Amino acid sequence: MDLSIFLIQVLNSVQYGLTLFLVASGLTLIFGIMGVINLAHGSFYMLGAYAAYTLTSLTGNLFLAIAPGVALAIVFGYVLEWIFVSFLYERSHLQQVLLTYGLILVFEDLRSLAVGDDVHGVAVPAALSASIPLGSTMTYPVYNLCISAACLVVAALLFVLLRHTRLGMMIRAGASNREMVRSLGIDVGMLFRIVFALGVALAAFAGMVAAPASSVYPGMGNQVLILCFVVVVIGGIGSVTGALVAALLIGFVDTFGKVFLPDYSGALVYLLMAVVLVWRPAGLFRETTA
Amino acid sequence: MTTNERGRQRRRIVGALGAAGVLGAIGAPGLARGQGGKVKVGFMLPYTGTYAALGRAIENGFKLYVGEQGGKLGGRELEYVTVDDESEPAKAADNVNKLIKRDNVDVIVGTVHSGVQMAIVKAARDNNTLLIIPNAGVDEATGPLCAPNIFRVSFSNSQPGLAMGLVAALKGYTTAATITWKYAAGEQSIGGFKETFEKGGGKVLKELYVPFPNVEFQALLTEIASLKPTCTYAFFAGGGAVKFVKDYAAAGLKEKVPLLGAGFLTDGTLDAQGAAADGLLTTLHYADNLTTPRNIAFRLAYAKAYSSKADVYAVQGYDSAQLLGIGLRAVGGDLGQRPLLIRAMAAAEIDSPRGRISLSPSHNVVQDFYLRKVENGENKSIGLAAKALADPGRGCSMG
Repeated sequence: MDLSIFLIQVLNSVQYGLTLFLVASGLTLIFGIMGVINLAHGSFYMLGAYAAYTLTSLTGNLFLAIAPGVALAIVFGYVLEWIFVSFLYERSHLQQVLLTYGLILVFEDLRSLAVGDDVHGVAVPAALSASIPLGSTMTYPVYNLCISAACLVVAALLFVLLRHTRLGMMIRAGASNREMVRSLGIDVGMLFRIVFALGVALAAFAGMVAAPASSVYPGMGNQVLILCFVVVVIGGIGSVTGALVAALLIGFVDTFGKVFLPDYSGALVYLLMAVVLVWRPAGLFRETTA
Repeated sequence: MTTNERGRQRRRIVGALGAAGVLGAIGAPGLARGQGGKVKVGFMLPYTGTYAALGRAIENGFKLYVGEQGGKLGGRELEYVTVDDESEPAKAADNVNKLIKRDNVDVIVGTVHSGVQMAIVKAARDNNTLLIIPNAGVDEATGPLCAPNIFRVSFSNSQPGLAMGLVAALKGYTTAATITWKYAAGEQSIGGFKETFEKGGGKVLKELYVPFPNVEFQALLTEIASLKPTCTYAFFAGGGAVKFVKDYAAAGLKEKVPLLGAGFLTDGTLDAQGAAADGLLTTLHYADNLTTPRNIAFRLAYAKAYSSKADVYAVQGYDSAQLLGIGLRAVGGDLGQRPLLIRAMAAAEIDSPRGRISLSPSHNVVQDFYLRKVENGENKSIGLAAKALADPGRGCSMG
């Protein structure tokens, strides 16, 4: 493998890793900070993608679709938490799994009723549809680079939110010791509703942004869901930095695995997870909240 | 009465009603079957997941033909039972047993995914249930696992590949890279292409595989770019096909390395693929713009009934119903006459929207393959890739 091809594969790995981080960031937030196993995360991603498709068909432009789409997702997440998820905090993980798995089935059927089962595509916005040539071999679409940029912006914003704002402080405190925070007069229920809405909005945003580079089809959430959990487990529950590192790791293992070990490439990511868990059972960047 | 007595009496009444209801439900179906009742057709198709649109198109095509015949085939009405196989091979055996044992269907029509099909074929052989395959091309179903009660009206996985290999060799391409998912359908399609391409003087440089149903193609597209073949042959379908064609164009490969594909790459996916698919060459046993009166009438009727464009999956569903109709007509609706039914179906000449088709001794369809080019959002036939192409049916003990 010569140098230019190697560098392109590195670029592919980073780009894939960043996209994975964007999708998994919402899950990290909800799982890590609220302790809720949200299996419906993949469905929110799917709903975001389908929202991008329908809103772009209506407005004609992806950019005009993103703002209303994210706003809708925030409202949706807020209401969902209020009605369903708020009952789960004191319960066992099994009950969380059952509820959120049920939500997956419900969302898939609702989507099927509302939009049908056809495969759809979302056009890349004209402003970003150029391609950069990479040597003489291939070109790289500008839009994919934009997705990576968006991921980095989201990562930075999340970091600032959690570390340097009052809201972030309250969220982290609420995750460590709910009773104490409540006795200080802070409405923990409202806090968790905000976090859940944020998690859903992140997943939906990822779905919307990734849609033009991918395709919109039934069941697209399920594949992504498993990888998201792998990211969160490898990175350490509750750590946004961990999720970023884990996602990039997976990007590299998956990309180079496909090239060098094609027969086993399907299993390599899970092998990586197993190795990490043996070495560091709590994940790479376990946040000490105790 | 005391509260206890009232409660007991209520429970007794509910219990009696419940028992009567259960007995009635068990007894009723047994009455209206056999020759006089409805023929029970069991659809085992994907109604969810990446192949959901294909499953729906097949069922729509089937019901369109039955509707055109006034709702009856061979003088008997049909009733339908559906099972969503979710394209999951792991659940396939349970799902098909639901149709055979719980629902007692007379004929199974299914399915799309080749892995699921293997379980259905095994169950059909074990229970001697009539099976019409409306899509899954797994070679074994009309190869080593062929049986008199199993018919396929779609294609075998190698057929489109065999046809495209001929085309690629004739066009003068010398080297090729192949890419597909690592499952039966993909491997057999590549196998067909490799066979005729190398017989025609070409050489397959590398066979690239992506685990099913993974859709991250970037790494392998870079591989193709570094291999620099004169053409690429790809097999994908559904959501994966959309992403692959878009990714291939976005990587700038479309102009440098012509993309050839089995027809499924561009069937039912052109709206989603947009400009990325323009000019792509594929081989398939169907093309949207075939100008035969039969095809024109079929496409109009389908569009009217379902408000969407017919595709190859709808045609296959339609022809499944035609085949069943031919069989039922030959036995006057009496499914008990199995040998006569099988003989009639095996000898069937079907007037399909794709052209006249017949069946080979292994019960796989013998048909023409068209070379199609994507133009203006349609797969337009630009000529024949192969005439009356039959799958060799290696390993089949019939005929």
